[in-house]
Amino acid sequence: MSPLSFFFEVLIGGLLSGVMYTLVALGFVLIFKASGVFNFAQGAMVLFAALNFVGFTELGLPWWTALMVTLAAMVVLAMAIERAVLRPLLGQDHMIVFMATIGLSIFIEGLAQLIWGTDVRGLNLGLPEDPIFIGDILVSRADLMTAAVAALLVLGLSLFFTLTRIGRALRAVAEDTQAAQVAGVPLGMIWAVVWSAAGVIALVAGLVWGARLGVQFALTLVALKALPVMLLGGFNSIPGAIVAGLLIGASEKLAEVYIGPYVGGGIENWFPYALAVAVLVFRPTGLFGSTGVARV
Amino acid sequence: MKFVQGGLAALCLFVSAGSGYAQTAEQFMPVSIYRTGPYAAGGVGIYGAYADYLEMLNQRDGGINGVKLTYQECETAYQPDRMIECYERQKGMGATGAAAFTPSGTGGVYALIDRMTTDKIPSVTVGYGRTDSSDGRVFPYIFPAVANYWSENTATIRWIAEQEGGFEALKGKKIANVVMDFAAGRETEPVLATQAEKYGFEFTTFPIAPPGLDQRAVWLQVRQARPDWVLFRGWGAATAAGLKEAQRAGIPRDKIIGWWWSGSEEDVVPAGDAAKGFITGSFHTVGGNYPVYDDIRAHVYAKGKGHVSEERIGSAYFVRGIVHAVVVTEGMRTAMKKFGNRPLTGDEVRWGLEHLTLSTDRLRELGLEGLMAEIAITCEDHEGGGRAIMQQWDGEKWTTISDWIEPDAEIVRPLIEQSAAAYAAEKGIAPRDCASEG
Repeated sequence: MSPLSFFFEVLIGGLLSGVMYTLVALGFVLIFKASGVFNFAQGAMVLFAALNFVGFTELGLPWWTALMVTLAAMVVLAMAIERAVLRPLLGQDHMIVFMATIGLSIFIEGLAQLIWGTDVRGLNLGLPEDPIFIGDILVSRADLMTAAVAALLVLGLSLFFTLTRIGRALRAVAEDTQAAQVAGVPLGMIWAVVWSAAGVIALVAGLVWGARLGVQFALTLVALKALPVMLLGGFNSIPGAIVAGLLIGASEKLAEVYIGPYVGGGIENWFPYALAVAVLVFRPTGLFGSTGVARV
Repeated sequence: MKFVQGGLAALCLFVSAGSGYAQTAEQFMPVSIYRTGPYAAGGVGIYGAYADYLEMLNQRDGGINGVKLTYQECETAYQPDRMIECYERQKGMGATGAAAFTPSGTGGVYALIDRMTTDKIPSVTVGYGRTDSSDGRVFPYIFPAVANYWSENTATIRWIAEQEGGFEALKGKKIANVVMDFAAGRETEPVLATQAEKYGFEFTTFPIAPPGLDQRAVWLQVRQARPDWVLFRGWGAATAAGLKEAQRAGIPRDKIIGWWWSGSEEDVVPAGDAAKGFITGSFHTVGGNYPVYDDIRAHVYAKGKGHVSEERIGSAYFVRGIVHAVVVTEGMRTAMKKFGNRPLTGDEVRWGLEHLTLSTDRLRELGLEGLMAEIAITCEDHEGGGRAIMQQWDGEKWTTISDWIEPDAEIVRPLIEQSAAAYAAEKGIAPRDCASEG
């Protein structure tokens, strides 16, 4: 294989990995947009969703039924979080709500393992695992399909938040929470919807990552992959999450292959953070994040 | 009269206290476990089985030589700081303190070496721990028993040589060494370098950044390197992720050989078809129907006293817990021959471990013949064997595909002694003279 072909193989592989990171980052971005809170529990929600899905299928439910029941479970979880955690903290500093999500994360992890146990489970989505070759460049068919699913999810979210009343209300809340409340937007309901949407994203991410890693506690760690994506793309930008995901995926793979051998390898975990921090020096809100303007 | 009554009462009290002591001769055994956290499946399997074996001895035999085993779980979540906390909490429990401690991770072993040496309580780890602590002259209380990573690596290369037609055939072969980028993952590089020089093969190390959830860049590099064999030191989710990427990169899995920490069912089941053909080394067999399992089912699970789900009996992690418990309890049994059938101190158990021989006959008596290789631990050699077998995943179960393979002691022992000597020099330790000890 020529060096140029190998370069493109790594680049394409990295871009497809980036799609996987974007999937996780979207859940964080949605909640941050609606409430200005970094939801530390998003990784735990990924585990919770995947464990529920696999658990229901093990109980004998058909695939689609398990998917629907899990979706319902994620909505119930979102409503419970809104009622038990967010509502009592309404008006509190964002840092306090952030700390609450840390507690929430530990609770959800424990709850998921309490219900379904700690056994590692396989998850076969029927994705074609053998690669295809474009010329002599190897491309994963499973990742191409994952990218297609992610694209559909982003399209659906965009339509939902653009064309529906709830979506417009969400954007109003994201723009100015107090003004939206004054205009009659029910904040509690919006938060429940947003957390439900984040739960749906967690389910998709849980299925895709679960098919790769197995459904196990390590799924909570995929959140680590989303953090540099958000730092780079901006915490409140869906397009930012998409572009940054691709950038992070491609750059970390290229860095591992072309820089790694000179520094002992194993750099793809910290390289995205270094890249994101470098960007933040010049653009503190990330590539696509918006800056709030307040009248004083 | 009052004096007589008082005297009788005191006598009764003394007698009852004495008989009470006789009836409750108990040995405390800490169980350091991780039922939570990312590696919980392994923690429950290994240390749950450890507790199962202790309970089986209690239920079937009344303990060891009449000494009942009391045990208590302590949750570490696989965090070294919590392993230290568990050790400190449990080391003084029981009449004679903890008989031994089994740090539930290599990080915990490193963190506890000084404390356990000071407290004279042996650390027993099976298949993990600090490799150079196999030199008991420098590490008197640390026992990386049965097999260490360096022995495993030389056994693996020996097996590859057999597949290729002999060590001569290794000349010019290319081996990719894919490792998790942490201490245990990288620990075999010096041995591999020595072997590469001796046998003429080339090896390249490809480190995976932990936790190894996305390894595409690594496996694309492996593919480009076109190795003849791949050594893969993944663990948990990283094993599944690596095997999936290997499949996607078109690398045949029957040319990938893992270490034993990628050789559990929990490592390969999540990888699905990508794991078919994957080979790993091991220091025990998996599955089968050994008499010890029947005893555990009959005396522990039938009475509702199990610590793991019963279906896991015979699975890889469960077997490791049994091997772990057998080494510790047989070490105690050996010590009792010298010190008497009573609760032992940690130092006495250390003596027992250093005189422990598990022959084929003894393994048969224990219901373990064929499950593990013979071992003989001595003052100098805290490993005691180092033999490995190779197993292959067929999509459903592990199948043993080799006999017991000897490690290359000519390579391993000098490296161990060299590393231990460096540690001794750094710490100002005067190595023991084993010949002068009984």
